[in-house]
Amino acid sequence: MGIVRTENLTFEYIRRDEEGNVEGITTAVDNVNLDLQAGQFIAILGHNGSGKSTLAKHFNALVSPTEGTVWVDGMDTRDDAKTLDIRQTAGMVFQNPDNQIICTLVEEEVGFGPENIGVPTDEIWLRVEESLKAVGMYQFRKASPNKLSGGQKQRVAIAGIVAMKPKCIILDEPTAMLDPSGRKEVISVLHELNKRENVTIILITHYMEEVIDADRVFVMDDGKIVLSGTPREIFSQAEYLKRLRLDVPQVTELAYELKQAGIPLPDGILTKEELTAALTAFKG
Amino acid sequence: MIRDITIGQYYQTKSVIHELDPRVKLMGTMVFIISLFFGKSIWMYLAVTVFLAAVIKLSRVPLKFIVKGLKAVLILIIFSAAFNLFLTDGEVVVRLWKLKITKEGIYQAVFMVIRLMYLIMGSSLMTLTTTPNNLTDALEKSLGFLKVIKVPVHEIAMIMSIALRFIPILIEETDKIMKAQMARGADFENGNLIKRAKAMVPVLVPLFISAFRRANELAMAMEARCYHGSEGRTKMKPLKYNRRDRIAYAVLAVYLCGIAALNIYMGGRII
Ligand SMILES: Nc1ncnc2c1ncn2[C@@H]1O[C@H](COP(=O)(O)OP(=O)(O)O)[C@@H](O)[C@H]1O
Ligand SMILES: [Mg+2]
Repeated sequence: MGIVRTENLTFEYIRRDEEGNVEGITTAVDNVNLDLQAGQFIAILGHNGSGKSTLAKHFNALVSPTEGTVWVDGMDTRDDAKTLDIRQTAGMVFQNPDNQIICTLVEEEVGFGPENIGVPTDEIWLRVEESLKAVGMYQFRKASPNKLSGGQKQRVAIAGIVAMKPKCIILDEPTAMLDPSGRKEVISVLHELNKRENVTIILITHYMEEVIDADRVFVMDDGKIVLSGTPREIFSQAEYLKRLRLDVPQVTELAYELKQAGIPLPDGILTKEELTAALTAFKG
Repeated sequence: MIRDITIGQYYQTKSVIHELDPRVKLMGTMVFIISLFFGKSIWMYLAVTVFLAAVIKLSRVPLKFIVKGLKAVLILIIFSAAFNLFLTDGEVVVRLWKLKITKEGIYQAVFMVIRLMYLIMGSSLMTLTTTPNNLTDALEKSLGFLKVIKVPVHEIAMIMSIALRFIPILIEETDKIMKAQMARGADFENGNLIKRAKAMVPVLVPLFISAFRRANELAMAMEARCYHGSEGRTKMKPLKYNRRDRIAYAVLAVYLCGIAALNIYMGGRII
C-alpha cells in the first residue's frame, strides 16, 4: 500500500444562505481513487477550480471526506487521535509564501513545526540547520522573511516542513506567485529532496514544465482524475490536454503541430534535445 | 507617513541589548516608563536622557530608526503640548487674546513632549531589539501565573506575535491599495476631515477582505504544521538568564533608586 491512498473519495462544499438552508452543493472532489507510492515525485495537474487544493487538504487531514476514505501511511485521516501523526508524516506547503510564514526570523520559522511536535531544544537546532542547508537557505537563517524574494520564502517554507522529518511533502501550487527564476529554485530543491532524502513529493501545479521530470502525473478535471501516467504518456495526449484547458510545454506543442502537418514524429516529446534528435532522424 | 510606524519592527544587528533576555528588556522598558512619570525636575530629565542615550548607543540601532517612530505620533505630541501650554494655571508670561501662557505651562508642555517622545523611543527600542517571538515568549513567561485563573496566556502571546509579524505586511498592502486608488483618482490629501475619512473607505474594505483571507490561510498553515496550543510544545529558544541579564537587572535597580533619590532630594522643585 502506498504512502497516500484514497478510496472513492468524494468531497462536497455545501453553500448555505443566511437561514442555514442549503443553497447549492459543489462537488470539489468526485470519487477519486489514488495509490501514491512512497519515494516518488508525483505531480497533480489541473486548471483552476478542478479540485486540486481540496484533494491536497485531505492528505493533510485539514478536511474530512464527505464520502470515502483517505489513508496516509496507513492512518485513516478521519481518526482524530492520528491527526498530528498524519500532519507530521505528510507536511504541506501552500501557495502564498506570505500567508504561511508565522515567525519573524527565518530560523525561528523553520523551528516552529518541530516546537509544535515537542522536539527537544538541541535537536530543534540541529534540524533547523540541516533543513536550511538542504534548501540552500542557511546563510539567511538570521534574516527576516519579509526581506526575502518569493522563491526564497517558499524555500524557507519547505525547510519548515523538512524540519519535521515528514515522509511526504505536499505542495499546493508553491510556484504560482513566483517569477520564473524563483520557480526554478523551488522545483530543483524539490527534486533534490526527493533524490537525496528520499522524501515523497506531491506537487500540485498548473505549469506543465514543472512536471516533465516527475515519476508519475495525475490530471484532474472537475473533481475527477481523468488521466494518469508518466509525463511522456500524459503529454502524448496534447489534444485532450488542450481540451482540459491545460497548456502543453512549448516543445511538445511544436512537435504536435509538426506531426499534424504530416511529419512523422513520436508521441510525447518532452525536451528540445529529443525534438532535435527526432527531426535529424527524419531528415537523415 | 504610513510607512513611518516603527512600532513592532525588529532591527537586525548584534549588540548587548539585542542579546539580553527579553524579560529584562520588558522590565527595563517598564522601569523606564515609570521613571519618566516620577518627578519633574530638570536633573531628573537629564538623568533619564543620559540613560536612554546610553541604551540607544549600546543597542547599535541607528537613532534615525528610533526617531522615525515619533513621526507617527507627532499630532498627539503637538496636541498634548498645546493643552499643557495654554491650560496650566500659574504665573502668566504671555497673554495672547483670550489665551495665556504661564511659566508653569511652558515647563509642563516641555516635560510632556519629552515624556511622550521618550515613551515612544523607549518602547520602540524594545521592539527594535527584540524579535516578536522573543517578546511574546517573555510576556508568556512573565504572565504565566495568570494561567492559574484560566487566562489563555499562551494564546494571547501567540496572537500578539502574529499581529506584530503582519504589521509590516498590512502596512505595505495599505500603501499599495492607496496608490491603486490614487491612480483611479482617489484623493486622500485634500478636503475636510469627513471627506478624507470617506476617501479611506475604498482602502479599508479591500484591506479587511485581504486581512481575513490571510488570517484564514495562516490558520490553516499553522494547523498543517501541527500547531495545537501550548500543550506538549517545546521551545527552540527557551528563556534563560545569563550573567549579563543579572547585571542588567542590577543596573535597572540602581537607575530606579537613583531617580527616586533625586526626586526626594529635589522635593518638587524644578531646578
Ligand atoms: N471554501 C469553499 N467553499 C465553497 N466552495 C469552494 C471552497 N473552496 C473551493 N470551492 C470550490 O470547489 C471547487 C474546487 O476548488 P479547489 O479545490 O480550490 O480547486 P483548485 O485548487 O484546483 O483550483 C471549485 O469549484 C471551487 O469553487
Ligand atoms: Mg488551488
